[in-house]
Amino acid sequence: MLKIKNLTCGYGTKIVLYDISFNIDRGEFLGIIGPNGSGKTTLLRALSRAIAPMKGEILVEGKDIRTAPLKKLAKTIAVVSQNPPLNHMTVEEFVLLGRIPHYQRFQFLEAKKDLEIAGRSMDLTGIFKLKDQSLSQISGGERQLVLIARALAQEPRVLLLDEPTAHLDIAHQVGILDLVKKLNKEFGLTVIMVLHDLNLASEYCQKLLLINKGRIHKMGRSDEVLDYQTIEEVYKTIVVVGKNPLSSKPYILLVSEEERQKRKRPC
Amino acid sequence: MNKKLVNWIFWVLMLGGILLCVVIFSLAIGPAGIPIKKIIPILLEGKGTVEYNILFDIRLPRIILGFAIGGSLSLAGIILQGMFRNPLVEPYTLGISGGAALGVSLNIIFGLYKIGVLTLPFFGFLGAAAVIMLVYFLNMRKGIVKLQGLLLNGVMISFISSSLIMLIMSLSRSEDLHGIVFWIMGSLEEPDWAIIKVTVSAAIILLIISHLFCLDLNAFSLGEEEALHLGISIERTKRLLFIIASLLTGFSVSVAGMIGFVGLVVPHFVRMFVGSDHRISLIAAFLAGGAFLIFCDTLARTIIAPLELPVGVITGILGGSLFVYALTKREVH
Repeated sequence: MLKIKNLTCGYGTKIVLYDISFNIDRGEFLGIIGPNGSGKTTLLRALSRAIAPMKGEILVEGKDIRTAPLKKLAKTIAVVSQNPPLNHMTVEEFVLLGRIPHYQRFQFLEAKKDLEIAGRSMDLTGIFKLKDQSLSQISGGERQLVLIARALAQEPRVLLLDEPTAHLDIAHQVGILDLVKKLNKEFGLTVIMVLHDLNLASEYCQKLLLINKGRIHKMGRSDEVLDYQTIEEVYKTIVVVGKNPLSSKPYILLVSEEERQKRKRPC
Repeated sequence: MNKKLVNWIFWVLMLGGILLCVVIFSLAIGPAGIPIKKIIPILLEGKGTVEYNILFDIRLPRIILGFAIGGSLSLAGIILQGMFRNPLVEPYTLGISGGAALGVSLNIIFGLYKIGVLTLPFFGFLGAAAVIMLVYFLNMRKGIVKLQGLLLNGVMISFISSSLIMLIMSLSRSEDLHGIVFWIMGSLEEPDWAIIKVTVSAAIILLIISHLFCLDLNAFSLGEEEALHLGISIERTKRLLFIIASLLTGFSVSVAGMIGFVGLVVPHFVRMFVGSDHRISLIAAFLAGGAFLIFCDTLARTIIAPLELPVGVITGILGGSLFVYALTKREVH
């Protein structure tokens, strides 16, 4: 589905990502993790063509994204960004914007099919009842769902999400990730998601990609990537890694300085 | 039927109706008062009478020109505002009008207009395009548009071009001086039907072309990167929209001079009442802008009749006050 070969990219003369290569198969659920400033979002922006690679290439279904027509790319890959600017549209109008790549050259009005698809994606995300409300009136959690609904209206095969759970409470975090998981399982959507929360990443992602200082540090299942040596090396933070008693996936516990001091002191 | 479409048709008819009322009002009012009832019979049958001449040769050209220029300026305003996602950018505040006026002044002082009257709009366009390029490169080199800087740059460019115009004025002969002053103050007085026809056709053609970009403009309201995710080729669209906006402004300024703030006032109210969907707001802004400028011009030529105020003064007072109001209101947020 997606092939990244020797990708090097950055902003201006500053290189952020060095020589990244990996593949993603159809229907995979990949989480990108790493410390702040390690290049997670940059990788996502390169995949969505917002920044051009300096070296290497990105192939989507075998085609280089730099030469693929933009409209066609928008029908394949949809992006849920972090805090895009919102205006005073209603939720439905906003979701309908996702249909833009599907419009014909001289089509200005949405056809019945567009309305149906927008309705279906609002149904799936559970925001159909909000459809006539203004975007400025809804809560942060609902806003995230609206962003996902708009991405779904593009009818993509790949969904890129940039920290979809940032600033949300645990109920909304779980709600959003359950939804993404469902889209991945039931509709075969390939998902690539940047996450900060290692426990959520471990719990939901089929595969994890750990980036450190612009390079791939490790890639694999969560129990392969998330062990305490790796995390302490990359994040420079002492952690305890246990196992979730229900899912038996790794979970990470933090250790405060006070605790660390206590342990050091000989009893 | 589609609810949205009905709503749109309602607004087009409504604004068309307002436009028609303003046109009739403007035809009827003036030093030689002509009763409203008589206007249509005079236009249809009264060929050769004094009233027919007043209506057809004096008032109608101004009205048609007001329609085209008011429409063009507010269309340029709403396009630029959509592109930059800032309700305060418009041809005047970005310095585009100033650039166009500078181009026209240069044309006058070098006597190039003697080659042909159409060199005036051409120089107006060159000036507008030069300023737009300057603003574009000053603000976008790093890939991100800094909106605060954009407006400041625009206002500064306005200052620079008006200083340059003053420099030109101080160096020019008195017969050229009148022409330049006329352009700075803005007026819809235009005796040449050919220029009026060119302006109207250009305005309507550009309105139709800009409509091809209405969905792109809707996508731009989400930010440039999001627009890219929706499959819009941002750089190309931005370039084309810039060209459309500078053509609209260049034409308007070179024919009617600097008429400020139409592109600010009209889109502001259009967004408030009609909404921010560019599929309707472009045409709505055009119609409302035409009606607004015809109205202002009627005020300008009647308030202190038989003398005439420059129409730019009226739009400037109205628009400037609104600009200050909108700016203070935004800062509260």
